[in-house]
Amino acid sequence: MSTTTPAVVTAAESEAKPKRAKPQLSEGAKAERRLGLMLIAPAVVVMIAVTAYPVIYAIYLSLERYNLELPQDVKFIGFANYAAVLGSQYWWQSLTVTAIITVISVSITLVLGMLLAQVLHRTVFFRGVIRTVSLIPYGIVTVAAAYSWQFAWTPSQGYLAALFNNNAPLTNQAQAIGVIILAEIWKTTPFMALLLLAGLSLVPEDLQKAARVDGATAWQRFTRITLPLMKPAILVALLFRTLDSFRIFDNIFILTSGNNGTSSVSTLGYDNLFNALNLGIGSTISILIFICVAIIATIFILGFGTAAPGSNLERR
Amino acid sequence: MAVITPRQRTGWATANLVVLALALIPVLWLVSLSFKTPAAVLDPSLWPAQWTWGNYSGILQTSQFLRPLVNSIGIGIISTLIAVTLASMAAYAVARLEFPGKRVLVGLALLIAMFPLIALVTPMFTIERQLGLFNTWFGLIIPYVAFGLPLGIYTLSAFFREIPWELEKAAKMDGATPFQAFIRVIAPLAAPGMVTTAILVFLACWSDFLLAISFTSSISSRTAPAAMEYFSGGSVFTVPTGPIAAAAVVITIPIIIFVLFFQRRIVAGLTSGAVKG
Repeated sequence: MSTTTPAVVTAAESEAKPKRAKPQLSEGAKAERRLGLMLIAPAVVVMIAVTAYPVIYAIYLSLERYNLELPQDVKFIGFANYAAVLGSQYWWQSLTVTAIITVISVSITLVLGMLLAQVLHRTVFFRGVIRTVSLIPYGIVTVAAAYSWQFAWTPSQGYLAALFNNNAPLTNQAQAIGVIILAEIWKTTPFMALLLLAGLSLVPEDLQKAARVDGATAWQRFTRITLPLMKPAILVALLFRTLDSFRIFDNIFILTSGNNGTSSVSTLGYDNLFNALNLGIGSTISILIFICVAIIATIFILGFGTAAPGSNLERR
Repeated sequence: MAVITPRQRTGWATANLVVLALALIPVLWLVSLSFKTPAAVLDPSLWPAQWTWGNYSGILQTSQFLRPLVNSIGIGIISTLIAVTLASMAAYAVARLEFPGKRVLVGLALLIAMFPLIALVTPMFTIERQLGLFNTWFGLIIPYVAFGLPLGIYTLSAFFREIPWELEKAAKMDGATPFQAFIRVIAPLAAPGMVTTAILVFLACWSDFLLAISFTSSISSRTAPAAMEYFSGGSVFTVPTGPIAAAAVVITIPIIIFVLFFQRRIVAGLTSGAVKG
């Protein structure tokens, strides 16, 4: 199906008018189609109800002046909210901070994740223990980990603050962003490593051996054999991590509450809703974030080509 | 690798130790803080000079943490059950049936997996207040199910594809009824994938913070991660470090248990959907 018609509609139609199915389909194939659509219908309805409807509603809200403190003053104002947000230094600062955090943390995570994947793949001792322990940062509740970092960097209280002369890094913009990036890297490296590990196990061991016999160094083997074969896995991991990092919220909320110029686009949107109680501006920020994510995803998916996640699912 | 030289042995041992230390120290720091007495909280050492259970008994005696903990468990389990049920239906269709709209479903699931949650918060907050769902269990369960579904559909369709479905036919030929074939043959084969998916979905609900602080306003439906923010210290100026650390440890325990018992499955589940498609 090439159109973007929601599958629900098709499900309803095919039940109401089964005659519309293409005549060459056998009874069995028709029954299979009907069963398939019926089975996916509940999942599709829930996913659309919880995402598409609110997004459409957010577009509508973003065109209104709507402050919860002034409920009698709701008015359609066109793109004035967009002008206000795009003309505000807070939006651009948050976007810059988010971009910096995303780029630095994803790049470092990719390198560390690759190293960790090598350790997980090749280590000869305690493989089970290492794998189990490296899953803990992935599984731990981000908020719990964020508190651990916050207390660790609190002067005269934390072990990391004690190591670094009891500075208060969380009160300085650049240092706070550094701490936020550190927390992100710690949390997400294991997930990156697992995704890369799955790609690594697809690299045939024979190829490595053959290259070794031909006199290739470890680095040559890595860059000429392992990396090219892992490209699809790396792209998938980068896409997931980039989009995930772009919506960073929990770590910043706990570590700095977005103070001292450390606000991300997500914390900015949250503050606008719950501190300024401004639904119009909050929705505008939501829509702008949605557009940013769409742009990032499009760039990646164009880069994927046939390796796009899910393309295997469709082939069956 | 047949022969390991002593140098390689030292190399791997060092690499392993570095991984263990980096992964564990932030967690051990929380554990250590949670056992420190209020006076010793200002001691930056990783080993408490004096051990106390006070922080744990403190938080487990107030409804400020106990009630959110119950909410977290209840909301997590209900969301997981609904999400895994709906996802298995959809994943079965994706893995086994030929029908139009499969591409749309896969694309939609991918889109939602990448969805910026904050973009949902403002409109959803308004909608939930209009529908009376704000600050209720279902106000969180509904979005958790929606965001658990893509994860579930991807993971389960990868697992379902590995099941040798011909066994079902073989069982029927041997005289089993379709129900017997399903219960005796297919269900046991599908169970590991479903358990794995359930764990991943539960962990995602358990960890959520943004939706939990946005769609709740009291302990009647606030979840544990969101409740820690509302702990009070001795005065407005003191951060209740000990109780927060103890609460953080408590909400980490289920994760440690899952990871210890289901390490292999979690790894398989996390990677199956993403890489093998």
